[in-house]
Amino acid sequence: MKIALGTVGLDNAFLEQVERESGEDLSRCYQCGNCSGSCPVSFAMEIPVSQVIRFVQLGQEQTVLQANSMWLCVSCLQCQARCPKCLDPSKVMEALRRLSLRQGKRPVALAQVPDGFLERSPQQAVVAGFRKLIA
Amino acid sequence: MTSIPYYPGCTLNTVAKGFDQSARQSLQLLGVELAELAQWNCCGACYPLTPNNVIGLTGPTNVLIQSQKAGGTVSTLCSFCYNTLKRTNLVMKEDVSRRTVVNDFLGTTYEGEAEVLHLLEVIRDRIGFAELKKRVKRDLKKLRVAAYYGCTLLRPKAVAIDGSESPRIFEDFLETIGCGAVEFPNRGECCGAHLAMSNEEVVVRLSGAVVASAQAFGAELIATTCPLCFFNLERSQKHALEETGETATLPVLYFTQLLGLALGIAEEELSLDGNLVDPRPALEAKGIVECVVREA
Ligand code: SF4
Ligand code: SF4
Repeated sequence: MKIALGTVGLDNAFLEQVERESGEDLSRCYQCGNCSGSCPVSFAMEIPVSQVIRFVQLGQEQTVLQANSMWLCVSCLQCQARCPKCLDPSKVMEALRRLSLRQGKRPVALAQVPDGFLERSPQQAVVAGFRKLIA
Repeated sequence: MTSIPYYPGCTLNTVAKGFDQSARQSLQLLGVELAELAQWNCCGACYPLTPNNVIGLTGPTNVLIQSQKAGGTVSTLCSFCYNTLKRTNLVMKEDVSRRTVVNDFLGTTYEGEAEVLHLLEVIRDRIGFAELKKRVKRDLKKLRVAAYYGCTLLRPKAVAIDGSESPRIFEDFLETIGCGAVEFPNRGECCGAHLAMSNEEVVVRLSGAVVASAQAFGAELIATTCPLCFFNLERSQKHALEETGETATLPVLYFTQLLGLALGIAEEELSLDGNLVDPRPALEAKGIVECVVREA
């Protein structure tokens, strides 16, 4: 994807909001990329997790919230286990999901849940799915 | 017979009944009664990652308080429950401000006193592998079983069931009951988890990689501790069968079903028949259970 940086869209309030929500100090991140390298879903993310963090540092709210990355994060904590700066990117992803859900943006509408899924799947999938993706 | 408080969680009473029942029966044979908590609620399935989501801590804390009332220890089978309860317990132990909010809300004074154990730990630390070995009745013929940990038994490190980078507990358990444990590269990788609800493609890819990794290391079967891993590992194989014509499958069983087999429980009682990928041919081929003719 093409990345254009500038002062357009710069929003420090967004950075502060994500830091408050996640409890993480994003200035620690020095962009080593370990998190993206260990993330099992990088292949499908429009912006890999280390770059999500960079865009948040730069206050690029729209870029971050429009990407599919946070919705594909499975909370596996590989990024947290590998970050040499003891940052927890999984919390940043969760913070972004919560900020989006509060704005009414969600990746799956209930109607799109595959046929028969609710009957066959373990409840834990439904409970976790609701919490991460719907509510 | 000793007894240990047991938290089944929502899924083990419904779609993963075979997991629950094989555990109760097996532990009974080992002289331990899994005593279900008198009162319990869903743990929430996933630990609330953002710190101000305090309401998400109240459900699991309530389970911990019930456990404390029941004697102070609680055992879990499901990896999600294990992780959520253990992480929440850490918060209640160490984070004074969040602890205060949760206690004020619940009207309690809980400070993380309960101890959360996974059943594998109960077997290793309370019963002992040496004792377990003596109780084995059926020869599992060194069946090559891949020990699949997934995410929530291992991460974060503070709640890991064993070394978070190089765990052994699952392999040691399998060796003890007579399997040949297969330590494989993807044993701590994610199955796709709750994306089962929204993104089958990603689940198929992640779970498919776990299955392929176990196969490449010679596994004849995968053992799991989690109903959602079970669901994803099976579904990805069904998908592969239907979409790509891939035919090499790898059956999945809960570790307690293997335990039950080793302890001599009749196979009809272990729910081996409900799987999408039938585990029985692999067990029959090894001569672990008797061959029967089944309708296709
Ligand atoms: S691993 Fe940590 S320091 Fe490195 S890019 Fe990711 S968040 Fe930043
Ligand atoms: S927790 Fe999310 S961002 Fe981190 S490695 Fe796992 S999927 Fe990637």
